[in-house]
Amino acid sequence: MKMNRRTFLGTGAATTAALAAPQVVGQARGRVVVIGGGAGGATAARYIAKDSKGAIDVTLVEPTRTYYTCFFSNLYIGGFKEVADIGHTYGRLASDFGVNVVHDWAVGVDRSARTVSLAGGATLSYDRLILSPGIDFVDGSVEGWDITSQNAMPHAYKAGSQSELLRAQIRGMPEGGVYAMIAPPNPFRCPPGPYERICMVAHYLKSANPTAKIIIADPKPKFSKMALFQEGWGDHYDGMIDWIGPDFGGDKVSVDPAAMTVTIDGETTKVDACNVIPAMKAGRIAEIAGVTDGNWAPVSAYDMSSRTDPNVHVLGDAAQQGDMPKSGFSANSQAKVCANAVRGALTGSKVFPARYSNTCWSLISAENGVKVGASYEATDEKIKNTGGFISKTGESAELRKATYEESEGWYTGITTDMFG
Amino acid sequence: MGAGPRMLVLLVAVAIHAGTVQAQSGDAEAGRVVFGECEGCHEIGAGAKHGIGPQLNGLFGRLAASHETFAYSPAFLRLRDRGLVWDEATLEQLLADPDTLVPGSPMSFDGLPDAVDRRNLVAFLRGIGDGSGIARAGVEQDHGIDPAVLAIRGDAEYGAWLSGECVTCHQADGGDAGIPSIVRWPVDRFVIAMHAYRSGRRDHPVMQMIARRLGDEEIAALAAFFENPGE
Repeated sequence: MKMNRRTFLGTGAATTAALAAPQVVGQARGRVVVIGGGAGGATAARYIAKDSKGAIDVTLVEPTRTYYTCFFSNLYIGGFKEVADIGHTYGRLASDFGVNVVHDWAVGVDRSARTVSLAGGATLSYDRLILSPGIDFVDGSVEGWDITSQNAMPHAYKAGSQSELLRAQIRGMPEGGVYAMIAPPNPFRCPPGPYERICMVAHYLKSANPTAKIIIADPKPKFSKMALFQEGWGDHYDGMIDWIGPDFGGDKVSVDPAAMTVTIDGETTKVDACNVIPAMKAGRIAEIAGVTDGNWAPVSAYDMSSRTDPNVHVLGDAAQQGDMPKSGFSANSQAKVCANAVRGALTGSKVFPARYSNTCWSLISAENGVKVGASYEATDEKIKNTGGFISKTGESAELRKATYEESEGWYTGITTDMFG
Repeated sequence: MGAGPRMLVLLVAVAIHAGTVQAQSGDAEAGRVVFGECEGCHEIGAGAKHGIGPQLNGLFGRLAASHETFAYSPAFLRLRDRGLVWDEATLEQLLADPDTLVPGSPMSFDGLPDAVDRRNLVAFLRGIGDGSGIARAGVEQDHGIDPAVLAIRGDAEYGAWLSGECVTCHQADGGDAGIPSIVRWPVDRFVIAMHAYRSGRRDHPVMQMIARRLGDEEIAALAAFFENPGE
């Protein structure tokens, strides 16, 4: 690894940081560029910077200055959180860990030159590139909806203004109005997410608008924590929720955002709020980088490196890795394996065998939490499930409350682990 | 008190000399049962040692955070700095509402809502005196772990790697909102707790899943790392 003229001149903030470390002038510090500042990217940037103690130059490219976590954004929709509770900034990654945080869009990747170009015009050089761009939506997956419809019919599957919009529309529903959700096909971000959201919408409507109705059109016959959610819907929101699976045409759906109608299996309904969660694919920069195969980016289970290019790693929702669900917890777990491998490659530090785990908590009603989780190991073929657990139906209120409190603790834990 | 997945409450039988128990207004024997909620972290009795929290012999009349051999949190050191002494009134405050008396308290303890429980516990703590008259309690005696396993000296560097799996939920700085703190535990306590999850004697699905794929060496490595994670 040599510092050539291009590397030296090609970066802004990153170069400044390199010059500020006199002990490495004349030698090249390894350069890592991380694209995407969520559960995968922020964690990877923090761990590489923290554990390499300045030996690796880490640049994090993230367009937003305040990151709103998708996890717990349903609790905001339900009224259990305010938007500020799920917003996080990158100040400590810069001040406490020395990460160069660049608020810009990555628009190009040249894998042979090992450079990333930014919308603002800058070019960043890397020895290792980490892509953690989350998801984008598959065009045409819901007939009648495209991204220009997202104000009339929000997806609220990237948290922030979309979550605020959906919450406002639910709160603005007329008495006895209809909320519809178009649920996504597998695989998608946060498998319990749509169904926790239904609980949160129902929780709000039950007190504010108790004659309102909730319709879910779902292309899947089964979904995550199905028995737990259906138990909760019966126990707490009886008669409010109509889940329409593929047996009843839940997979034959179109929407008209101008008319605010939803057509399910030929039957058209006027709705007052409509949450379209389209089919998903890896965030676009993964495709631009040329590391996708179909909708997702295949990776090695041992270090999350791309099957296409060993100098590129893909984390979180965008990665096609095997058995782990697309969740913030998974992305955080994968980021630590990747960080350890990247640090080993660039500094010679010890690389430990990969290990992964995931837990997803969901809130059914006030102080009524459930969870599902598993641990995983790396195999040649994929990240493989080695066993897990799930909450049971019929659990005591005390246990459900403890599970909810645990989810609050986890939120503090993971966001501290991501942002310092 | 928090519910299910918190610390396993150990009820260890202790002989209390009736003559030494001078209950003021509470029932010290009933207080002994309430102390079961404290035993996950605090020892008492003859030969008691500091555990996750300091040992509590001779608590009455002592300046807060004044054991030189225990590494107190900043929250408790602030109590010492302002000269707080443990007596009936201050213990009542601590037990009723720990977060108000000790802002930033690292204790995995939300307070005892029942005033009778609090009075009984205070009576029990007053009655133990210097602890010499009662059997040691507050440490898991029947853990069944091979002494050779307990004696493994863990590799803290390996533990640092493994700890990545822990700190997604357990805060690395010792904060414990919703999920207990696991930092700065004595090594033996950490090892005993993890073995209890691995064997299923401690009941928590996430912790059992995590513990079941940790070997003895890995548990020892984690214990070594978390004993002093700042180093």
